[in-house]
Amino acid sequence: MEKRNARRTREIVVPGDVLGDSEEYRTGENAYESDGKIRALMMGLKTYTGDAVGVIPMGGCYMPVTGDTVIGIITDVGPSNWMLDINAPYPAPLHVSEVPWKVEFGDTSRFLTVGDVVLLKVLMVDEAKKISVTMKDSGLRKIEGGQLIEIAHSKISRVIGKSGSMIQMLKNMTDCRIFVGQNGRIWIDGDDENVEVAAEAVRIIEAEARSANLTDRVREYIEKKLPQSEGGDDEEESE
Amino acid sequence: MSNYVISQIKRDHLMNLLAEGRREDGRQLDEIRKITVETGIIESAEGSARIRLGNTDVIAGVKVIPGAPYMDAPGDGVLTTGAELIPLAHESFEPGPPSEEAIELARVVDRGIRESGMIDVKQLCIKEGEEIWMVFIDIYALDYDGNLFDASNLAAVCALKTAIVPWKQYGKSKVEGDKVTEMDDVPMPVTCLPISVTECKIGNDLIVDPNFDEEAISTARLTITTDNNGNFRAMQKGGKGSITRGDLSLCLDRAVEIGKQIREIIG
Amino acid sequence: MSGHTDMVLVNDEGIRIDGRRVDEKRPIRIEAGVLKNADGSCYLEIGKNKVLCAVYGPRECRPRHLQDPTKAIIQCKYNMQAYSVNDRKRPGTDRRSVEISKLIAEALSSVVQLELYPRASIDVYVEILQANAGTRCAGLTAASVALADAGIPMRDVVPAIACGKADGNVLLDLNKEEDNYGQADVPLAIVPSTDEIVLLQMDGNMTREEFEHGLDMAFKAAHEVNEIQKDALRRRYTEISKKEGDSDE
Repeated sequence: MEKRNARRTREIVVPGDVLGDSEEYRTGENAYESDGKIRALMMGLKTYTGDAVGVIPMGGCYMPVTGDTVIGIITDVGPSNWMLDINAPYPAPLHVSEVPWKVEFGDTSRFLTVGDVVLLKVLMVDEAKKISVTMKDSGLRKIEGGQLIEIAHSKISRVIGKSGSMIQMLKNMTDCRIFVGQNGRIWIDGDDENVEVAAEAVRIIEAEARSANLTDRVREYIEKKLPQSEGGDDEEESE
Repeated sequence: MSNYVISQIKRDHLMNLLAEGRREDGRQLDEIRKITVETGIIESAEGSARIRLGNTDVIAGVKVIPGAPYMDAPGDGVLTTGAELIPLAHESFEPGPPSEEAIELARVVDRGIRESGMIDVKQLCIKEGEEIWMVFIDIYALDYDGNLFDASNLAAVCALKTAIVPWKQYGKSKVEGDKVTEMDDVPMPVTCLPISVTECKIGNDLIVDPNFDEEAISTARLTITTDNNGNFRAMQKGGKGSITRGDLSLCLDRAVEIGKQIREIIG
Repeated sequence: MSGHTDMVLVNDEGIRIDGRRVDEKRPIRIEAGVLKNADGSCYLEIGKNKVLCAVYGPRECRPRHLQDPTKAIIQCKYNMQAYSVNDRKRPGTDRRSVEISKLIAEALSSVVQLELYPRASIDVYVEILQANAGTRCAGLTAASVALADAGIPMRDVVPAIACGKADGNVLLDLNKEEDNYGQADVPLAIVPSTDEIVLLQMDGNMTREEFEHGLDMAFKAAHEVNEIQKDALRRRYTEISKKEGDSDE
């Protein structure tokens, strides 16, 4: 998510490019200082935040942060925990004490098994980047049906939009339940045709993440595909 | 391929679509993905081709080198096909010697080429009993989105079709008894185009040219190679599930029909 | 460095068999983001070399015993495809490719911010589709671009190029004939922002003076290669964002 007051320039930078003088600016995100110069650590857009200069990355892998809500896929089942793929460099263990059910030792696969998809919260990421996740929070559960799509995690903030404006519009216009994980996975459930339109709308947002009037374009797309008769007003849960 | 977990939601979604006769990318059950062919891309090879079948991307190179014949076929050239599923192509491919999947792939492609008599190996004789041309076909997957069998078959066939036999380059003359014929580099003696068509069984449906996700949820696979006359030249059933006699019959019909379509595309 | 030939590698006017001057590198073409599955990728041609590189990761380190609890490791696999050379190369690893893989991984390790990803692995696969001397430099140059394309934090993009000696002349970027019949080959890779050396090998016979002269040429050329790398990355970004308008609504 972007910081307030961040001024994004049009300038594309690649690792090693000089962003500014360290006498003039502080070292911002995805940048480093060396020999009086601030340089880019990643490919992306040069950005000023206050008196710092840094880079908004264009890609890279998802790194979990404590408190993130994510969508995980069970990849392995142990006697007292499950292993999940949350699209991060590391697998995330889910311990039996972090699920809303009472699970006997060795009885784990009766509750969740390989291939199951769950909504999770990142409980903690320690210094060694060891991740723990939980299902003990409102709205967290195993999900079934619908469609699971994956986009670049860096585009997730656009799918949500300013104070949730984009996601709210998607839900209202398609009458779908949509859950957006910070790890780039999005779950959409509802009437088949509507789910397909919502999924395509998300792909449009991903492809044109920085377009002007993105909200209008997405609205036009959905209106064309799903002529709005009554149009649902609200839906439950999301980010 | 190995230990790649596909989510239950994805599986259910694909199955639900199939129940309505649909596929995720909008194709018909018997429709192949878009094929693009590039040939002559590797100058150090005597023939080469890169094939894109949808997002599956495969390269094949042909090396033609003088060598000794097998004793049981002293006047025939020798064909060898290898395939490598290099980790560059997919996160599930691991470095190391060819896996059993890679070996099966190479052998199925090899069988189609060999059994169809695509290459007239008699014309690859330099001097009977002493020297012949060895044709090495090496296949590498570059991007894997399902159906490496057909992509590899096409890459190998297109590479061979555009290959040369480097008589002049190696200073070789054709020796037949007392007769010695000086030779120019000549095109590979190609007699026909063996085309394989692979289908996967998902539930009770058979789909042509499966992509990665479709392969991942399938229970059986069948590859059928036909020649220009629509005769069958090689087959391979794979996967842990089974197919019925009726399935087989449908696959045979489709292999002939789609083989014809593909032959038109690659010319 | 061992072969002998009657071929004149550098003529009296200082022109080489492929028409280049002694301080001229071969034409280079670089494209970033050429593969779908890989997290980052690059296709590179320099002269008759054709190289494809893919980066996967950072991801869980396999085999597990290689994990470093404090930082990520870079694992590189350099592979020459069977038809990449005139005599078919037998598929599989040999001692040469093991050594080159190690050198490429080490050179990249000095620029990548490995401490950000403890226990992880960043896997770099370099496939040589066509070889014509200088493939380790071409492979490393492509690998740096693929890493940046994968969005991996790194302090610079590493370029590599060789210098050497043939017919008594100090040369930049040896071709196959010069490599086979010349007197020295010096592959070099640097960090352009600091001019640190991250890969250096030498075989052959050079005087101190010749070596310094060669290095000067290689450093200058490496900076030029770096501009081509950065240009490829910027083009890739422009492509991705070509539909994008002015700014946020």
